Amino acid sequence: MGIENHLDNTVHVTNLEWFVNWARKSSMWPLGFGLACCALEMIATFVSRYDLSRFGMEVARPSPRHADLMIVSGTASKKMLPAVLRIYEQMADPKWVIAMGACACSGGIYKNYAVIQGIDRHLPVDVYVPGCPPRPEALLDGILQLHARVMKEQSIRNPRLGAIKVAGR
Amino acid sequence: MNQDRIKEKLTEKFGSDILRFDSTFEGISVGVPPEKVLDVCHYLRDEAELKFDFLSFVAGIDHYPAQPRFEVVYQLYSVKNVQRMRLKAKIEDRDGNPPSIQSVTEIWRTADWHERETAEMFGIKFLNHPDPRKLLLPDEWQAHPLRKDFPLEGTEEDTPDLPS
Repeated sequence: MGIENHLDNTVHVTNLEWFVNWARKSSMWPLGFGLACCALEMIATFVSRYDLSRFGMEVARPSPRHADLMIVSGTASKKMLPAVLRIYEQMADPKWVIAMGACACSGGIYKNYAVIQGIDRHLPVDVYVPGCPPRPEALLDGILQLHARVMKEQSIRNPRLGAIKVAGR
Repeated sequence: MNQDRIKEKLTEKFGSDILRFDSTFEGISVGVPPEKVLDVCHYLRDEAELKFDFLSFVAGIDHYPAQPRFEVVYQLYSVKNVQRMRLKAKIEDRDGNPPSIQSVTEIWRTADWHERETAEMFGIKFLNHPDPRKLLLPDEWQAHPLRKDFPLEGTEEDTPDLPS
């Protein structure tokens, strides 16, 4: 039936690091977390038309403790920032961040006192997806680029650092 | 009940020398001195013929650099008479003292959040307010963003990303 028929009852040799990376990128669970209008495009990416489950990501976790990927989908206001950082800190390692949309990348059109001028001031962003808002194809492309990036990580020899530098602490 | 009748009633009660009447396309607008706001509001709500029992909103205006600098606007509605009117009070910004005005929460409870927002955005103090905390802005900010002399992008000192 399944993959067993193709393995020919024999031993297969691979690189452990490659295998760990492959496991991580093939079941990367995003956090169900929307900040602004970009969240609607993110929802469109999840549901059947674009179908994120093709890439092992169909379960958006409501709890940060089950999630590997934070998609910062939209405008992060300064009042929201302590909550965003707290959620990020609660996610278990290893964890990744995608900045989705112009606002999360750079503050976008909101060059004012109330909005953070780019979430990368406070979180280590792996992939930037520009657009206002980006189409689901753009988010999918960003996720696939993140997958490619995860496959290149030295997950055993040089693991990702768990501690992040949060400003002011 | 029409605009002229509101004008008549208010003039009869408070005299024409303290009131400034103005007619807008949305209805009558009345300017009152800030120390008279509570009396006028009580009268407008309780007078049987007027019955302005619903406060739509409280807002602020910054007339910088003109003096008096600040103005507080009350938009009233009478459910019984299906009638709107506007009340305006100009407040001096004297050096050293924050501009202040009496709170109308004892007349309309809905003024609570509206006055808190006006207070933090313009730095206007509402006296005798039951809960004078900030409403929308982070608690530690000292800035008043809707003042005309506030820099739109804020500053690192006045509007930091995170509490220090």
